[in-house]
Amino acid sequence: MFDRHQFLEKNGLILTVAILVTVAIGGLVEIAPLFYLESTIEKVKGVRPYTPLELAGRNIYVREGCYVCHSQQIRPLRDEVERYGHYSLAAESMYDHPFQWGSKRTGPDLARVGGKYSDDWHREHLIDPQSLVPESVMPPYAFLQETALDLSNMSAALRANRIVGVPYTEDMIENAVSDARAQVDPFSDDYDALLERYPGAIIREFDGDATALTEMDALIAYLQVLGTMVDFDAYEPEQNYR
Amino acid sequence: MYETLSQFAQTWGLLLFVGAFVLVLIYALSPANRDEFEKAKHIPLDEEDENGGAEQ
Amino acid sequence: MALNANQASTNPIDDVVLTSVFLAFGILLSLYVAANAADPQMEIHALMFAAAFAFGALFLARHVMEEPKAEPGGYAMGVVRAGVFASVFWGLAGFLVGVVIAAQLAFPNLLYFPDAAWTSFGRLRPLHTSAVIFAFGGNVLIATSFYVVQRTCRARLFGGIAPWFVFWGYNLFIVIAATGYLMGVTQSKEYAEPEWYADLWLTIVWVVYLLVFLGTVLKRKEPHIYVANWFYLSFIVTIAMLHIVNNLAVPVSWTGSKSYSLFSGVQDALTQWWYAHNAVGFFLTTGFLAIMYYFIPKRAERPVYSYRLSIVHFWSLIFIYIWAGPHHLHYTSLPEWAQTLGMTFSVMLWMPSWGGMINGLMTLSGAWDKLRTDPVLRMMVVSVAFYGMSTFEGPLMSVRAVNSLSHYTDWTIGHVHSGALGWVGYISFGALYCLVPWLWNRKQLYSNALVEWHFWISTIGIVLYITSMWVSGIMQGLMWRAYNEFGFLQYSFVETVEAMHPYYIIRMIGGSLFLVGAIIMAYNLYRTARGDIRANEQVPLAPVPAAAS
Repeated sequence: MFDRHQFLEKNGLILTVAILVTVAIGGLVEIAPLFYLESTIEKVKGVRPYTPLELAGRNIYVREGCYVCHSQQIRPLRDEVERYGHYSLAAESMYDHPFQWGSKRTGPDLARVGGKYSDDWHREHLIDPQSLVPESVMPPYAFLQETALDLSNMSAALRANRIVGVPYTEDMIENAVSDARAQVDPFSDDYDALLERYPGAIIREFDGDATALTEMDALIAYLQVLGTMVDFDAYEPEQNYR
Repeated sequence: MYETLSQFAQTWGLLLFVGAFVLVLIYALSPANRDEFEKAKHIPLDEEDENGGAEQ
Repeated sequence: MALNANQASTNPIDDVVLTSVFLAFGILLSLYVAANAADPQMEIHALMFAAAFAFGALFLARHVMEEPKAEPGGYAMGVVRAGVFASVFWGLAGFLVGVVIAAQLAFPNLLYFPDAAWTSFGRLRPLHTSAVIFAFGGNVLIATSFYVVQRTCRARLFGGIAPWFVFWGYNLFIVIAATGYLMGVTQSKEYAEPEWYADLWLTIVWVVYLLVFLGTVLKRKEPHIYVANWFYLSFIVTIAMLHIVNNLAVPVSWTGSKSYSLFSGVQDALTQWWYAHNAVGFFLTTGFLAIMYYFIPKRAERPVYSYRLSIVHFWSLIFIYIWAGPHHLHYTSLPEWAQTLGMTFSVMLWMPSWGGMINGLMTLSGAWDKLRTDPVLRMMVVSVAFYGMSTFEGPLMSVRAVNSLSHYTDWTIGHVHSGALGWVGYISFGALYCLVPWLWNRKQLYSNALVEWHFWISTIGIVLYITSMWVSGIMQGLMWRAYNEFGFLQYSFVETVEAMHPYYIIRMIGGSLFLVGAIIMAYNLYRTARGDIRANEQVPLAPVPAAAS
């Protein structure tokens, strides 16, 4: 009786282990090579970590669940490339923790929305989407314009990103708050330092209100940088065939 | 590296999976297990009380 | 009875002491975090944790003071009853939020409030998905697994008070997740939105769940482990693996709500869809297949069609499912070899899925007439038919050429809902209709006629839902790629949005009908638990002469 019971106990545990092994294989084979195969991420020029203001905007994008309706992933299909621009590269989201590729286009893809519309257009559209696009089903985000951007965790946010692999320097982390403020002020003393840390960053008053740094500033700064980093003149697709 | 990995997956990997599947088939279809499975089949129906549930 | 020996083997003092220490520590930690919170969201959540732990202490005190109720049969069924209640509650809540967000897309101007961030679609949609999958589905799975494992192992639940910890702990996770979405606390990984601290909490709860389930299996009186338990076990083990890997993240502050995922870009994308596809595979499929393998034979009073098939079904299903994730990333920046692997395994997945469907349906062979007289059994059988339908549609959509049309459109939403409403919903309703009379010791349901109403109203709702989403999805996909005679794209994006309007209204109506059906069920179950039987549905206790009619 005792032996029989022992054997049964073992059976239950063996079953558990067998299940774990069976379900572990697929993930290991598919996911693990992505970290080791060099061909996974293309070699490109121009992709840099987000500025603190862009990162703050990205946090708002995540917080409001924009990914629920907007993808950031252009497929290499004729109509998509004509509608949205060059198909997305893996390199373009290599600093995205987490990725924002999305899975549904209730609204259009945003992978290359940067530079397509003016700041004013974005502000009006976010406050009242139907005022610019009457048929839109997008919710209004008027509160962004009235909410001051919380910068208290900005340095810590950059630091956490560095831990997970984004190449933020100590200099960038220390100056995170002043960099965020400098990006909405074309006349600030930090102008050159900001550009040196984040080459090509757009520096202007994004939400049209110079008196306050708002969540609207941050979100528009993020939208305006989307898909603009890669220098496609210097990109050779043949080098990256996989 | 990609070539080595994919070659391994497409030969030994495939064999391994087919082998594992055959083992499952043998286990399931082996006449030695027929009685056990026949009994196991009736486990939900062999409960002592009629209505299937525990009383209060 | 032999079961009583098992009761004595778990010392009631140990688990009570352990739980008290855990709760005391939890209260202190929560209060510390609340006092030092880096953001208001964390402060609110820490206070909620503290309140929950205090409630847990009260619950524990009551549990210790109360005389243990003698439960004939020796099974622990109180926690199953609680799970049934929670399932119905969260089901209604989740379906309601679904109808609300469907209405938001149909009539955006009526249901959006520019200054109330928490009412926007982006925050409510995760609330809907989590409420139906994890709150409704999760409670159904916990309740039925606790029931089935005891009955088929002929053993009382292992772990003394631990099953109650699993129940309350899991529902605390749900409340933290749900309130978090409304406050904008999210990781933005679909179906894994809760932030790092909620994930840690769920990990603790889940490990205890595994211990309770496995402990019960290990001390069973039945030599064989019944197939339903394998499916439950694979659900618990695999979800643990997926949850832990996909949620690896670094918090910005130990007292703040925000974190950043350990992975980025393409690696994060594949990890996420490996997780999300297998949340479908192991939460919404194997868990509910376990329900199928117990409740359909039980209700039909016939053993499962083929036990051998169930073994082959089990191992091939769990092995193949795990690989299918990359089909969510066709034509993306994911390397093509990974996409091809995902597609191949997704197509292969069709076979074990239909093996399971055949096993479920053929259990009825020789007893098909019961479908006419027993609406509960009919609901479960239709559920398996929906399973067959959506597991045929899934492999089809995973083919790259089809996916290039269907991806990013409502076709995906329609596909998900044929599985979610038809398969998961109906098999759960069937299980609930079975469980309530069994658990509350009633002879029959309050009303079979109301089950008929539930079945037909919901079925019309599902049909409206999935057909409208097919039409709108395929139409939108075709409009996106349409060219005019000059070789230009024919439609602007917003024209495709405008074209969706009628279908969004039909979808909303379909969803509302499904909700109405569930409300009827809730009423029926409530009356059943109370012990009522509808006046004209009394089954006579003693045989009466036919002339009496």
